[in-house]
Amino acid sequence: MRIGVPQFPGSCDEVDALLAAGHVGDAELLWHRDRDLKGVDAIVVPGGFSYGDYLRAGAIAGLSPVMDAIADFARDGGPVLGICNGFQVLCAAGLLPGALLQNQDRRFVLRQVELSVETTDTDWTSAAEPGQLLSIPAKHQSGRWWAPSELHAEIADQDQIVFKYAAGGNFNGSLDDVAGVCNEGRNVVGLMPHPEHAVDALTGSTDGLVLFRSLLEGATNV
Amino acid sequence: MPHVRILIRPKAGILDPQGTAVEQALPQLGFEGVSDVRIGRLVELDAADASEVAAICDKLLANPLIEDYEIQVDGAPAS
Repeated sequence: MRIGVPQFPGSCDEVDALLAAGHVGDAELLWHRDRDLKGVDAIVVPGGFSYGDYLRAGAIAGLSPVMDAIADFARDGGPVLGICNGFQVLCAAGLLPGALLQNQDRRFVLRQVELSVETTDTDWTSAAEPGQLLSIPAKHQSGRWWAPSELHAEIADQDQIVFKYAAGGNFNGSLDDVAGVCNEGRNVVGLMPHPEHAVDALTGSTDGLVLFRSLLEGATNV
Repeated sequence: MPHVRILIRPKAGILDPQGTAVEQALPQLGFEGVSDVRIGRLVELDAADASEVAAICDKLLANPLIEDYEIQVDGAPAS
């Protein structure tokens, strides 16, 4: 299993993404101007502030050459995970439904949050138990997931809501407590909290590993 | 070259935390009676072909899911 992590100007969580991916395979950095995905089996779009978050978070990164290649990879069914700014980038690129708006209280928030796994039918949650609670950190200012009511109803109906903030834990005002969603193909998943920061007991939780282990499970089932 | 102004606004019904913050600050300055403060963006540019600006808005400048935009060319609303 080889996992590629694209780096944009302003990315800052690519090193932890590489380390987390390294728990289940070989991880390598991909450059934002490069269309070549180097034959990797999966992609993790990391967190940070790509292109300074200018215009809107993720808007400019979504148009970069590497994202063009990642969009093709995703359309062919390749597993793609977007974390935090990576989630914003995937939404901006039209690979995931909805948009991420400024937190309702306008503050940048860093805290450990509990997420419930709403579906295990995705490439990134197949190793989790339905309803499993994951303790992983969140750190963002623009993580309020929102979609128009018809789109929200549609993705809820299609079981595309992958993670929710556990009861009482919706600190950013996301619609329906949504913390993460997937595409129709269920191979592209995005979430605001950071599973790649929760892979070592030294930092308090290893709950984030289940996303990366899911990838292995998918690969062995093929 | 036509001068284009693009007004980009959060769609009606979407919480605008910046607008809320400004609205809440105004009474502290003695300005009462201001409501529905909404904050968007103004983009100005010169475009050789002003008819392309709507496509530029849809693809980059605005997110049509969450924002509305209005294009003015040389001071007049675009048709």
